[in-house]
Amino acid sequence: MKNEMVLAVDGLRMRYGTTDVLQDVTFQARQGETLVLLGPNGAGKTTTIEILEGFRSRSAGDVSVLGCDPASGDERWRSRLGVVLQSWRDHGNWRVQELLAHLGTYYAPYATAEMSRPWDAAELIETVGLTGQARQKIKTLSGGQRRRLDVAIGIVGRPEVLFLDEPTVGFDPVARYEFHQLLQGLGERTTVLLTTHDLDEAGKLADRILVLAGGRIIAAGTPAELTRQIAGSDESRPASLEDAYRQLVRGAAL
Amino acid sequence: MSARKAAVRSGLGQGWIELRQSFTNPAELTSHFLWPVLLLIALFFLRDRTFDGFRLGVLVLPSMVGMNAAMGMVSMSQLLTADREDGTLLRAKATPNGMLGYLVGKVVSVAAGLVVDLAILLIPGLLLVDGLTVGGSWVTLFWVLLLGLVATLPLGAVLGSVFTTTRAQGLIQLPVLGLIAISGIFYPITALPGWVQAIGQVFPIYWLGLGMRSAFLPDSFASVEIGDSWRHLETVGVLGAWAVFGLLVAPVVLRRMARRESGSAVAGRRERALRRIG
Repeated sequence: MKNEMVLAVDGLRMRYGTTDVLQDVTFQARQGETLVLLGPNGAGKTTTIEILEGFRSRSAGDVSVLGCDPASGDERWRSRLGVVLQSWRDHGNWRVQELLAHLGTYYAPYATAEMSRPWDAAELIETVGLTGQARQKIKTLSGGQRRRLDVAIGIVGRPEVLFLDEPTVGFDPVARYEFHQLLQGLGERTTVLLTTHDLDEAGKLADRILVLAGGRIIAAGTPAELTRQIAGSDESRPASLEDAYRQLVRGAAL
Repeated sequence: MSARKAAVRSGLGQGWIELRQSFTNPAELTSHFLWPVLLLIALFFLRDRTFDGFRLGVLVLPSMVGMNAAMGMVSMSQLLTADREDGTLLRAKATPNGMLGYLVGKVVSVAAGLVVDLAILLIPGLLLVDGLTVGGSWVTLFWVLLLGLVATLPLGAVLGSVFTTTRAQGLIQLPVLGLIAISGIFYPITALPGWVQAIGQVFPIYWLGLGMRSAFLPDSFASVEIGDSWRHLETVGVLGAWAVFGLLVAPVVLRRMARRESGSAVAGRRERALRRIG
């Protein structure tokens, strides 16, 4: 069903020893939305995304991803997710097409009438622009090519939710542009949760932005709303998302 | 086809691809040949020495085959640690039924690689020493090897889960070399003091060596063994006990290890490794 609630996080808290790295984090995302988690280093972005991926337990709060608590998600639930971490270095001796075709076989049993799985390896390779490298060993790929492969692996199962943790770190402008085109082409079926430091990227891709600082969400809204929100409350009337972000993070640090 | 069956099939595919890779890349190819070549050199110098009237070369070659079979444990452990370090394991965790497929694949590639390695040692070894009865007891060879792998590969997986870095993994080599020295591989165990024999008999290396000797040597050679016998029943008992232990403990330890894997855990380990290098 379209516009169905896909991510629902309520009062999420994560505590290590006596330090709260996440406090009362609450947000939702509907089907097809692209939600960007923006924030400085150590703000809790990766912790949040890892809890939603089911890779990390939480201290308190309710979390639902595709109607299921990630702490107890089964393999069918897992088949509906795509995960792209900050950096992967695995399967260096495999060839690009070989690995994509191999990983795709795990998703085949989860194909449904509405959703054919997996994505055909050759077609996917073309989509992410790696046709020239299809038969190359993964360890010989450049940083940008490796990243595109990571994204291809993340979407090989045609995920309904795609988690991307700082996906464009180290990209040159062309690779970044191509990556943005790729994400925008995923269609309305895929909900995307992306973390980034790059404000320009957030402004381009986000339907909504959550600004995380010190483990709390300090602002949320569309890029335009965030810019307006700050402009209305400050005499210096910031003109861009970057100004708004700087003011928000500075304000949270005080 | 059920998803778990499909994952087992994917795992078999992974095992085959990784086996092919390990025999087509120069570094791994070297490691496949280096160890057998060193053993064959040792065999060459030992072949005409005698112990109790028996030629050592004839005793040592089957023992080496048994020892190499037990070394699957070390390969398994090293591969698991390396895969944990580079994120392969996390990739499996992020894939539906990926851990099942991953483990099936690892067992297939390690076990099949081991069988090829045994052939690399055995075929030239047979040209070097006379007096072995290959073909006379294929059944014994088969069951000892199979039981040995079931006893040692899960143990390797457990050890691989214990060490978080390939650097720490190097520590495993020392006790293994010590065990080889007291397991009657290069010299009959009966030549060692009683208490050393007792320790050697606790671990699978001795029993795999004994089992292989029983498969390759005429019965008259049993007189250099403890109790003047091949002790098949005891072999099944000890290797079987290790197999049960490994199969019970490995899934628990592996699950616990997999639960702790996340992007930041992998990145943190990499960061620490880089700090050590820098």
